Amino acid sequence: MDLTFRQVGADALLVRAPDGETVAALYAALLARRDELPAITEIVPAARTVLLDGLADPELTRQRLAGWRLPPHPPADGPLIELPTVYDGADLAEVAALWGCSPAEAVRLHSSFEYRVAFCGFAPGFGYLTGLPAPYEVPRRDTPRSSVPAGSVALAGPYTGVYPRSSPGGWQLLGRTSVALWDTDREPAALLAPGVRVRFVPVAAA
Amino acid sequence: MTGLLVVRPGPLTTVQDLGRRGVAHLGVPRAGALDEPALRAANRLVGNPAGTAGLETTLGGVTLRAVGPQLVAVTGGPAAVRLDGRPVAWGAAVAVPDGSVLDLGPATHGVRGYLAVAGGLTVPPVLGSRSADLLSGLGPAPLTVGQLLPVGPPFASDRADLVPLPAPPAELVLRLQPGPHLDWFAAAARPLLARSRYLVGPASNRIALRTEGPPLPRARADELPSEGMVLGAVQVPPDGRPMVFLADHPTTGGYPVIGVVPAADLPAAAQTRPGTPVRFVPLTR
Repeated sequence: MDLTFRQVGADALLVRAPDGETVAALYAALLARRDELPAITEIVPAARTVLLDGLADPELTRQRLAGWRLPPHPPADGPLIELPTVYDGADLAEVAALWGCSPAEAVRLHSSFEYRVAFCGFAPGFGYLTGLPAPYEVPRRDTPRSSVPAGSVALAGPYTGVYPRSSPGGWQLLGRTSVALWDTDREPAALLAPGVRVRFVPVAAA
Repeated sequence: MTGLLVVRPGPLTTVQDLGRRGVAHLGVPRAGALDEPALRAANRLVGNPAGTAGLETTLGGVTLRAVGPQLVAVTGGPAAVRLDGRPVAWGAAVAVPDGSVLDLGPATHGVRGYLAVAGGLTVPPVLGSRSADLLSGLGPAPLTVGQLLPVGPPFASDRADLVPLPAPPAELVLRLQPGPHLDWFAAAARPLLARSRYLVGPASNRIALRTEGPPLPRARADELPSEGMVLGAVQVPPDGRPMVFLADHPTTGGYPVIGVVPAADLPAAAQTRPGTPVRFVPLTR
């Protein structure tokens, strides 16, 4: 297994993986086999790493993890969530132009893929969704918007994301969903937790 | 309902306990008191368990009216405390009769004051904590005039008469463990950080202590893929000025981390005003 380990401060370990698929496999294994490791407070997957923080014993954790065998592909472990999406985003035409197709074809393409929450960050409930094939990656906007409406479905680099609440943002806006992504009165509060699978379902504007 | 009525909220006063744990993977910061020993001390003085929610003030203090008799204690950055206009003890328990006004004045030293009340503030917890998280807007909003903060029934535990309260530092000394991205910096960066004098920047807040001083040169100009960030991480944004992540820091970040400040050094960071000299002392491990 091609994992490398770096201790971060006194009680955290950063585990690096060669690619996002290995990160997903490692994250799934960590959740399933957490009891085999000394106490951990936080397990934070990201693009190429998983951070283990609040470790009772970083060195013992490293030794145990180094002996793990991971399955070759990430298991399709998470629940599937469908997000009804009105594809009327301000950047839809621009993204379609970058993809060399019509806006209607861009909508068909974007909604045809299955995505997976690789990691969260930026804001509570904001998930970085992988699953967009590499040829469709688009750059961030040169100038970020000072306010992106809550529910905006957006693209940047290899990721798709949905803004849980209105905030500044530099991603390309494809459309919007009215599904609440974050609700602290709900269990779980975050609809898009790491491992959850997502499909965007085109719907007409209400 | 028994509680504390906000007469003057001060420039920024928030409810804080020891913060949220186990939810960083959802993008939720840990939050919690920046000067954790000060909140713990205030709680001990009024007989509360260590993790009981109290108030964190910022520079300008706070004024509260007791609804029902209350027992409070103020710690953190030293400040004048007055009860109905008369001076009372800072760093000790003070009985506040029903209807009396307690005023915590501006900090004479340091930045953040902590006020604990016997029974604790019982605002509704969010994800296991009553802390306000200013990065993501979770937990109770900063105090506003006329707000009634609910107080729970007193705990049956013993009260400490006296607790040690360190003075805010004239110079901030931050030890620095090696960070995970040393290879992203030029070889000269770490020696430069070690020998240079930095100052606490005015943009410092609950998210990060920002510094002003010589920019740290990078060896790589490309972007770091986002990764999980720890409390005390010293992140270096493109302007080259190191920033130390505090309680409300984002759970993931995309700038390289040159070092990690041990948690024990962060309460002092929470009490340093803009312009205070900062020295980084690299540790080998």
